[in-house]
Formats: sequence, structure tokens, C-alpha cells
Amino acid sequence: MAYVSVKGGERAISNAHQWLDEARRGDCGVGEIGVDQIREQLALAVDRVMMEGSCYDRDLAAMAIKQARGDVTEAIFLLRAYRTTLARFGASEPIETQKMDVLRRVSAAFKDIPGGQILGPTFDYTHRLIDFDETEAAKAPLAEDSIDRVIPTIGHVLGHESLLEPAPPEDENTAEPYDLTREPMAFPATRDQRLQALARGDEGFLLSLAYASQRGWGNTHPLCGEIRLGEVAVELVPEELGFAIEVGEITVTECQMISNFEGSADRPPQFTRGYGLSFGHNERKAMSMAIVDRALRHAEVGETPAHAVQDEEFVLYHSDNVEASGFVQHLKLPHYVDFQAELQFVRRLRKEWFAARENPSTIAEAAE
Amino acid sequence: MNQSDPLVAGQNRPANALAAARQRAHALIAKSHPATVQACFARMGDLPQTSPLRPTEIGLIMVRGRVGGDGQRFNLGELPVARAAVRIDGGAVGVGYVAGRDHDHAEMAALADAMIQSDNWREQLEDVVLAPLAAELAIRKTTNARKAAATKVDFFTMVRTRAEK
Repeated sequence: MAYVSVKGGERAISNAHQWLDEARRGDCGVGEIGVDQIREQLALAVDRVMMEGSCYDRDLAAMAIKQARGDVTEAIFLLRAYRTTLARFGASEPIETQKMDVLRRVSAAFKDIPGGQILGPTFDYTHRLIDFDETEAAKAPLAEDSIDRVIPTIGHVLGHESLLEPAPPEDENTAEPYDLTREPMAFPATRDQRLQALARGDEGFLLSLAYASQRGWGNTHPLCGEIRLGEVAVELVPEELGFAIEVGEITVTECQMISNFEGSADRPPQFTRGYGLSFGHNERKAMSMAIVDRALRHAEVGETPAHAVQDEEFVLYHSDNVEASGFVQHLKLPHYVDFQAELQFVRRLRKEWFAARENPSTIAEAAE
Repeated sequence: MNQSDPLVAGQNRPANALAAARQRAHALIAKSHPATVQACFARMGDLPQTSPLRPTEIGLIMVRGRVGGDGQRFNLGELPVARAAVRIDGGAVGVGYVAGRDHDHAEMAALADAMIQSDNWREQLEDVVLAPLAAELAIRKTTNARKAAATKVDFFTMVRTRAEK
């Protein structure tokens, strides 16, 4: 039995929400934070909310973070709710990450990767110490020359030798990629379905699964083939035009994890790939996604699934934090009728238990 | 490089030059900040008379990626888009689609799309709006590419050598 609706409490609820508004504002002696300040200065929180909220809109994500008092999961819920209010105009052409205007690109596997190792704006190699002496932000130094306009991907670098498995081609039988916003989760899941679910999935959940997988509760021993961050154009073919136009640019983080595969009867030994892609700058998410994507491909490479990360029903049914948060937190809502029923049940059990203790024969007789 | 190589820019470019010019105008306006586009149009003086064809509206498009960057398509997440359509004097119809929720931005994209199809307006649009936007975009891109270049490293692996005795 689920919870049942209750009536009453309107005044208390309204007062609680007014207090929430006041508490959200905090000390009025401190200046109110602007949505633009959140958008510009808490950009990585904005990026996470956009990805898991599945809606690329920096201003809306910043507004959601403000209204959720910085509770990222609550902000994601607000954005997901907003997106249901809009009509779908169509789907973009696939973004071309090979043509990304790169801001950062590193490979932990190939030291001399063509295009070079470009650190970009990164926390890597910082000392992770709080700077108590907050001075004005430094200006990014400018090199004399630009980086190459197009930085080849790891697929291009290694692909020609077949050392690295090629990306799976388009399935001719499926007209459109699986869309979780239109179709319910179904199993066995296809890779496009899995990647959409992982992209929307909770960063913390995927991070822990990826970590567990690396530590032995999985079968992934990956190297980071490539991480790239940058801007890509989004192209759409409007019906009215019949040709593709760019409707804007988005920032994305892409991760290619590579794991060695020792070969099988059908496939020669080669490196296999796990893929991660996220809106905004979020390497933790993209890397975790890539590791989990690879772990879920166990059947393709003949691995025996033995761990949670390899169980697609476990992973995909529990990766969405709007659903997870809703189901856990609904327990706060009135369950008075359930509790009444359970109370009666436990009281009866206790009565029977004590009766049986006082007179063991009644139980034996009842059993006969 | 052949036509199917994804590294060749403009794979989706249609054969005809007008469509290519329209694509360029769409890209420049969509990638520029609405206030910047507005400032360019403000310098134009006269603008064509317009009549709206349908109400400007906001919707979503599903952004797609490819598995591994170049494989099978998958749905990544959605992007709010504003769209507009206008007709200008002389009959040219312009359509605008821009990421975001800014009606004016979409209407300026639609206006530019109509103007570029009109012999009366094409040249002026190029000089006063498109060329400055292209220049600004190029500066933004180059600045980022130079910042990135300043963070380019050469990792080296230590080679253990034993000194000759």
C-alpha cells in the first residue's frame, strides 16, 4: 500500500514555504546573489545541473540552483520539470566532437598524441588547498600561436591499425535512436539507450560504480585514452529549410576509456572502448560514464558478469537521481494509513508471540 | 580527404550558394550574444518592413551524440531553442532557430535569413551585421585557442640510465 492523500495543513504548508523563502535568502545584511553570478562563478554546478536535468540552458540551471538553495539534486528536479512544459521541435544532427574547438585535451595513454597534451582550465596539478588570501583572478596567459584548429581524436590516431576497436556503426534497422523521454526503460538495453540513461544519470552513483569496478567489483582496468573539453556546434535541419543550420554552440566533455581485450574465437586482441559524453565541463562524470559503459558491454567481449556494475538493470534502473530521490524521499510524506495497518499487524503478532510463550502447547496444537 | 571524412568542415553544406550564405548567417547570429546582434542591427538605420508568419515560440531539440564520437547515434540531452519566421517587403521569408529562450534573438535570425535572400538587403546585411559578427567570433575563438596553446605541455617519461664507470 502506498501513501494516501490527506487533507488539511494548508496554512502550515504555506507558512513553511514562506519560511523556506526567507531561509533561502539568508542574512539580509549580506547581498543577494544574482543568477548571472551563479552562471558565471559556479559554472561547474551549472554544468552538472544541465546534464542531469537533461536541459542545456545555463540561465535556467543557475536559476534552479538559486531557488534550490544550492541543492544540486533539487535543482536538477526543477530543470527536469521545466523541460516537460516545452514542445519538441526535433532532434539535432549528431554533434561532431572531432571538430570541437578544443579548450582542453589530454591523453593519459599516449604521451605524444597528435595535437598535443593541452591542460586547459583544470584543477589537475593544483594543491587542493584553500586559498585564504582571495586575490583578484589571474588572467589566462596567451601563447603567440593557437593550437591546431582540429585536434584528431584517439579513434583517428589508433584506428587505422585496428588496435582500437572501431565505434559501432549505425544500426540500419533502427530509424531513430532510443529516447528515454518517449519510451520506457526496456531490457536488454541497446547501447544508445544505455548512454542516454548514463548521461542523465547521477554523477555520484556512476562515480561509485566506476570506482568499485576499478577496485575489483567489476572487470574494468581502463586507461584514459582521451579527455577533451570544448565547444561544438549544434546543427538542426528545420523542416522549413531542408538543410542543416547551426543553432548555437554548446560546451561538452568527452572521455574515451580504453581497456585491453585479449581476444576471443571471433575477435582478435585489441583495445576496447568505453564512451562518456557530458554537457559542460564535467570530467568526473564523463570518465565514470565511460567506465560504466565499458563494464556494461561485457557480453560483447565474452566477459562473465559477476558484479553490480555489469548488471544493466541494476545500473539503469537506479542511476536517475530524480527517480531515486523521489522514491527515497516520498517516505517523508504521510503514511498514516499504512502505519495504522502495520501497527495492528505487529500488535497481533506480539499478542500471539507472548501467548505462545506462556502456553507452548497452543502453537503445537494449532500447527496440527 | 574525401567527402565522408568527418574532419572536413561543412559536410551538410548544400550545393547552392544561396543556401550556403544562409547557413553562414544562421551560424553567425546563433553563435553571437543577442545583445551583440542587436547592436549590429541598430547600426543599420533602415530595416525592411516585416510581417510575422507565425508566433515566435520556444521549444526543445534533442541534442544527439555518437557512440565513441563517430559511431551510432544516441540522445544526449535537450536544448531549448527559440524559433521565428518573418516575411519582409519583397516577399522573402526568413526562418530563425537559435539556442536559448530569447525571442528577439530568433527574430533577428529570421530577419537576417530573409534579408540575405533579398538583392536589396544582402550586401548591407553582410557589411553591417555579418562581417562584424564573424570578426568578433574569430577573435573569441582565437583567444581561446591561444589560451589553450599556453597550457600545452610536453610530458616526458624518465629514462633510467646508468652512468659509465
